[in-house]
Amino acid sequence: MARTRHPLEAAIESIVRLSGWSAIVFVALISLFLLKEGLPAFGEVPLASLFGTRWYPIEGFYALGPLIWGSLVVTVGAALFAVPLGVGAAMFIAEVAPRWLREVLKPLVEILAGLPSVVLGFLGIVVLVPAIRETLGLATGLTALTGSLLLAGMALPTIVSVAEDALDAVPSAYKIGSLALGASRWQTLWRVTLPAARTGVLTAIMLGVGRAIGETMAVMMVTGNAPVVLFGPHALVSPVRTMTATVAAEMGEVARGSVHYHVLFTVGLVLFVISFVVNVLASIVLLKRRAAAGRMLS
Amino acid sequence: MVIAPGSASAPALEPKIEIENLRVCYGAEPPALDGITLTVPARQITVFFGPAGGGKSTLLRTINRLNDLVDGARTEGRVRLDGEDILGPEVDITRLRRRIGIVFALPVPLPMSIRRNLWYGLELAGERSRRVLDEAMEKALSAAALWDEVKDRLDEPAIALSGGQQQRLCLARVLALEPEVIMLDEPSSGLDPISTAKVEASLQELKQQYTVIIVPSSVQQASRLADWAGFFLQGELVEWASGRELFLAPKDRRTEDYLTGRFG
Repeated sequence: MARTRHPLEAAIESIVRLSGWSAIVFVALISLFLLKEGLPAFGEVPLASLFGTRWYPIEGFYALGPLIWGSLVVTVGAALFAVPLGVGAAMFIAEVAPRWLREVLKPLVEILAGLPSVVLGFLGIVVLVPAIRETLGLATGLTALTGSLLLAGMALPTIVSVAEDALDAVPSAYKIGSLALGASRWQTLWRVTLPAARTGVLTAIMLGVGRAIGETMAVMMVTGNAPVVLFGPHALVSPVRTMTATVAAEMGEVARGSVHYHVLFTVGLVLFVISFVVNVLASIVLLKRRAAAGRMLS
Repeated sequence: MVIAPGSASAPALEPKIEIENLRVCYGAEPPALDGITLTVPARQITVFFGPAGGGKSTLLRTINRLNDLVDGARTEGRVRLDGEDILGPEVDITRLRRRIGIVFALPVPLPMSIRRNLWYGLELAGERSRRVLDEAMEKALSAAALWDEVKDRLDEPAIALSGGQQQRLCLARVLALEPEVIMLDEPSSGLDPISTAKVEASLQELKQQYTVIIVPSSVQQASRLADWAGFFLQGELVEWASGRELFLAPKDRRTEDYLTGRFG
């Protein structure tokens, strides 16, 4: 077949190709930049300080541990609230709610997903912080728990929306087949629909929790920003400081090229590595599932 | 009890499902079924046939209450199983669906292993003993003429089976529950002739023990299988008689026209 190509077609193809490559180039540039600015910190700051327990830049203490710990506590806490609640809500919307309620809830949840985090942070300061201080009888309501709750609220719409799509995509033939065998609606949902939608639900959780890890504004507003490491149950109700909040709060005040500046980039680098690892793990899980599904279909 | 008009010579048959003046509507559309009265005899193969849109599938789905799932479906009239009303709101639908199993036109193995598919209904019914589950599985798979083909790969995903095997798996899954009535909605629409023959052979076996209702995929299949047959046309039961009478000497002109291929 003769290949006579329309010039417009060729132009469009190169534009599309350019867009694809530029995405890769940008990611590469960002990582290079992070490495270039962040790595020198390992030479400038004694390792004992980097891996210590104090973050106190004015006196030269640059411990990453407390910040990583802060992010971890807040994110894990958020996931503990958001995952069961989010998957439960998705199950309700997809399988239990009557049609009219479903048609109201779904768009509402999607609007929530688009809420700017500052707005949520504002709500957190005005409502959640005093509520937590009073109900738990704490000295301050600016705690990891507050951050977790707020982040959970932020991750929820994403989880609900994506998980609901996944549940909704399960062929109704599965459900009818299960019901016809004498299963109740709940048994069908739990034993057939949810397992069949597993991949999508997992993606929903990853996306939601991913949003929680990277969140900055709202967390900075309600967690108290104390870079300390506390273990045990009281860690949840004490102030913490996350990596993202640290970078956001201090970046504006450091001298370009100073030690502090480089360490903040190191923090960014750590964050980058963590989200990279989470993404890769998620892809591996999804690929494995997909490969298994592929085998089943072949 | 007269089972069908003009069948006084037939041996006394035990009625299994009695349908009286049944009318089913979906939303504001004209009724999908209207004025249906017939009695399905026990331990016989009953065939509902006719062109698409006649209400055959609706009738099957009404009998085991799957129509409840359809928004706006309304049912009037009476359906009795062993003399008990099954349309009322107080009926235990889960139990009813275990007594009246259904196999759909498109086989739908649940997304799990062959073994799990067979266990599913029994586990839901509360059976926990692995020995009992496995025995029921083997018995059901054998009855559906599938055991020899799958006995070495019971823990593989059921979706890996061929179309014909999936259809027989769905039949086996219903048999495992030891229902009283088995309904099949075009069970060989997607099957090759060999698989069809296997399914039909197992149906002939099964009618010794079960009441079988089938919506066949073709008139030929209808005539091969029918002990009793009903011809459905646009929601109406045009003719209801023993298979022999209906296929050899139809009384209604429309039945005859359909059987001889003048329409449909």
